[in-house]
Amino acid sequence: MTDLLVTGEPSAGRLHAPPPGVRPKVQWRRLVGSPSFLLSVAVLVMVVVWAVVPEAITAGDPLFGDSADRLLPPGADHPFGTDQLGRDVFARFVYGTRTSLYATLVAVGVAAGGGALLGVIAGFAGGVADAVISRVIEVLQAIPGLLLSLTLIAVLGFGTGKIGLAVGISGIPAFARVMRAEVLRIRGSLYVEAARTVGARPSAVLAEHVLPSALGPVVALGILELASAVLAVSALSFLGFGAPPPAPEWGSMVAEGRDYLATAWWLTILPGVAIAAVVVSANRLARGLRPHEASQ
Amino acid sequence: MSAVLRIRDLHVSYHGTRSRVQAVRGIDLEVGGGETVALVGESGSGKSTTAQAVIRLLPPAATVTAGSVYIDGTDILRLREPAMRRLRGGTVGFVPQDPGTALNPLERIGWQVSQVLQLHGIAHGRRARQRAVELLAEVALPDPERVAVSLPAALSGGMRQRVLIAMALAAQPRLVIADEPTSALDVTVQRHVLDILQSRVREHGAAMLLVTHDLGVAADRADRIVVMSHGTVVEQGSARTLLRQPRHPYTRELIASAPSLTAHVAASAPFPVEGVEPHRAPSGSRATLLHTRGLTKDFRARTARGDMATVRALDGVSIDIPEGTTLGIVGESGSGKTTLARTIARLEQADSGTIHFDGRDIGHLQGEPQRQLRRNLQVVYQNPYSSLQPRFTVERIVTEPLRHFRVGDRRTRRHRAAALLEQVALAPSLLTRRPGELSGGQRQRVAIARALALSPRLLILDEPVSALDVTVQARILNLLTALQREHGLTFLFISHDLAVIRQIAHQVVVMRHGAVVEVGPAEQLLRHPRHPYTRQLLDAVPGGAFVFPPSPAHAIEGVLT
Repeated sequence: MTDLLVTGEPSAGRLHAPPPGVRPKVQWRRLVGSPSFLLSVAVLVMVVVWAVVPEAITAGDPLFGDSADRLLPPGADHPFGTDQLGRDVFARFVYGTRTSLYATLVAVGVAAGGGALLGVIAGFAGGVADAVISRVIEVLQAIPGLLLSLTLIAVLGFGTGKIGLAVGISGIPAFARVMRAEVLRIRGSLYVEAARTVGARPSAVLAEHVLPSALGPVVALGILELASAVLAVSALSFLGFGAPPPAPEWGSMVAEGRDYLATAWWLTILPGVAIAAVVVSANRLARGLRPHEASQ
Repeated sequence: MSAVLRIRDLHVSYHGTRSRVQAVRGIDLEVGGGETVALVGESGSGKSTTAQAVIRLLPPAATVTAGSVYIDGTDILRLREPAMRRLRGGTVGFVPQDPGTALNPLERIGWQVSQVLQLHGIAHGRRARQRAVELLAEVALPDPERVAVSLPAALSGGMRQRVLIAMALAAQPRLVIADEPTSALDVTVQRHVLDILQSRVREHGAAMLLVTHDLGVAADRADRIVVMSHGTVVEQGSARTLLRQPRHPYTRELIASAPSLTAHVAASAPFPVEGVEPHRAPSGSRATLLHTRGLTKDFRARTARGDMATVRALDGVSIDIPEGTTLGIVGESGSGKTTLARTIARLEQADSGTIHFDGRDIGHLQGEPQRQLRRNLQVVYQNPYSSLQPRFTVERIVTEPLRHFRVGDRRTRRHRAAALLEQVALAPSLLTRRPGELSGGQRQRVAIARALALSPRLLILDEPVSALDVTVQARILNLLTALQREHGLTFLFISHDLAVIRQIAHQVVVMRHGAVVEVGPAEQLLRHPRHPYTRQLLDAVPGGAFVFPPSPAHAIEGVLT
C-alpha cells in the first residue's frame, strides 16, 4: 500500500497509478458480502445441477403427460403448470437445461478457443498473418451476430450441437480482438524484452510470458459471453433450429407456448423468466469476476 | 516577518481497501514572507502530500485527520470550496511537476494564461490577452506573441514549465508552491527554469515552498531546508547550517548519497566520494572487449505537423570499452544514448557501422547466434518496476537465463539463485517473493542478479539508478563497483546524470544529437572539459552553491534497501 503514499516523485518511478505490471485482483472479500452476487451464483449452481441430474430435481416426465391434466395453471403439483398435452412444464424446463446448456458451452468454447487462437497468431506473428486475420475478423464483425448464426445454421443443418457451433463462430471476433490486443500489449512490455535479452526463444516468450498473462481477460470475456450465448442459443431454438420435438429446449418451449399466450400464460412467461434469470445471473457473475484495480 | 504559510501538527492519512497509511504524521512548518523553503525527502516521505494539503488538492483517498494550515492567518482547512478556489491561483500559485500533462492540449497557450487573469478578476478581454503575452515575456519565452497562439504540443518541456510558472504568478500570489518543478526536465533546462522561477518569485516578493527530492536543488535555491522522512520532519534549518552541520543521521545519509553535491567534493578531494570506493582505471593496457565504428541509425517519425521526418538517433558513433572497465555515456534526453545501448545489445539494427564484441562482428547476428550472444552480453534496464515479470517469483526471474540456456538442473539452479541474491546483497528468503512485494532498490538488485546469472562479460546498464531514491542509488552504485572488482566485469553505463557517471565510470563519452562530442578519462573530462557542451552540462548540475569539506565516509554500505 506504500504506493499510495507516493504522489509524484519521478525518482521513485511510481505515480498515482499502480506500478505497471501489478495485476489487478479480483476482490473476493467484497463479492462474498454482496447478496446479488451470491444469489446469481446460487442460480447458476442450481441450473448446473438441473443439467447434470434432472431426475433428482423433478419427478415429472418431460415427454409424456396425462391428458386429464392439460393446461393446468401453476400449483403445488406442477410449479410451472402443464401444457396442452398435460406435460409438466417445470419438468420439461429442467430436462431442457441439459441440451440448452450443452449448446451454450459449445458456443463459448468455440468462440473462446477459436478467437484466442486467431488472436494469438495475429498478435504474436504480426505482419501478413495479422493483416489477414484482422481483416477477416472485421468482416465477420460487420455482420450482426444472430444473422451470421442463422446463415451458418442454414449451412450446417439443425441440431443442438450445431446451434452451439453457429453461435460460437459468430462469437469468435470479440475473443480474437481481445486476445490480439492483450498479446500486443504484453509483447511490447519491458519484461518481455528483458526475457529476450536473457536468451528466451520466441516459443518460450509465448509460453511463459505472453499466454499466462493474456488468458485472464479472455476468461473474463468468456464468462460474460456465457450470458449472451444462453440468449443466442435460446433464440435459435425458439426459431426452431434446435433439437426436434418433443425433446424439450428452453427456446423451443417459449415458442410452443406462444399459441396459448392468451389462455395459458405460464407456458411462455415462466420459461422466459427462467431464461432471463440465468442470463442476468451470468452477467452479474461476469461483472463480479472482472478484475478491479485497487480502489483508490 | 510574519509567516505566509503556517502548518501546525498536520496529519494526513490514505485509506486503502484494507489498510490505512499515515502519510504525514504531525508536521510543523512555516514559510515567511519572501522566503524560499525547500521541502526535501525521498519518495514516500510525505512531502508532496504536504504540498497538496496546503492547496487542498489531495487525492480522493487522502484526508487530513488533524492539524491546521494557515495562509496569511486564515485556516484554509475550514474554508468553503468557493473561497478555496479564489485562493488557488490567487493568493497561492502552484507549479506542478509534470509540464506535459498540466496544460490543456486543445487550447492555445495565451488563452490558458489569460484564463487565470479572468478567473481572478484581474483583467478581462483584450487586456487579459495583452497581459498574458507580457507574462509570457517575463518568463523569458522567446517570441511570446507566437507562443501565445501556439498549442502546448508545439512547446518543449522546459517552455511548457515556463508557461506554468507564468500562470502561477499571474495573479501576484503571496505564496508559490512548486512540486518538483523540474524533475521531468533535462539538467541544463532544469537550471534555466529554476533561475526563472526564483527570479520571478523574488520580484513579486512572494514566498515559495519548493518540494524536491534533489538536495542539490534545495541547496542552490532555498533559504531554509526542511527534511522529511516517513511523514515527519526530521530536521530543519537554514540551508547553509543544515548542509554543513547536519545533526540528524538521516540528513547525513541524504547528503552523503546526493550525487550532485558530492560531485563537488570530488573536485577538491581525492576521487571520488563518500560511500563509494576509490575507483581508478585499472592499470596496464587491457584488451578492448567492445568497439563500434561509425554506428548510424535513423528513425522515421511523425512531426507535430503530421508529416514524416527522419531523425538521426545515432550519427557515426565510435566507442571502445577495454575489458574490466566502465564506459559512461552521458547525454540529455534525445541525445541517442539509449539507442546506442539498444543497438549494441542487438535490440535495434543499425543502418550502418560495425559492432565488434570480443573481436567478432556482432552487428548482423540474427536468430540463434544472436541468442547465444546473450550469454556474454546482458542488459539492466532503467525501470525495475516494469522489467521484471510480475507473475514470477524472484527465484524464477533470476534463474530464467539459466533455464533458457539449459544450465544445470532444478536443484543446482536453486543454489545458483540463492548465491546470486547473496552477490547482490539480498536475503535468500526473498526467493519466494514476487516483484510486487519488493521495493525499487530490491527490484533493481534482482534485475542485476538476473543479468549476472550467466556470468556475462559485458553488462549494459541503461540508467540503472535514475528511477531510484538517492540513498538507494548510492547503494546500487557501490554494489556495481564491488561486482566489477570481483568478477572483472565490463560495464557500459548510461546516465543523464554527470554526478552518477563520475562515481562509476573510468572513461566518459558525452553525446549530443546522436553524435559523440567528447571522450576522455572520467576525472580529466569532468575536471577539465574541453567541449563547451560538456562544460554546460557540468555547470548545470545543481548543488554548486555549496562546496562541502570532505567528511568521514558514512557507513551506508551495510544498510540494505
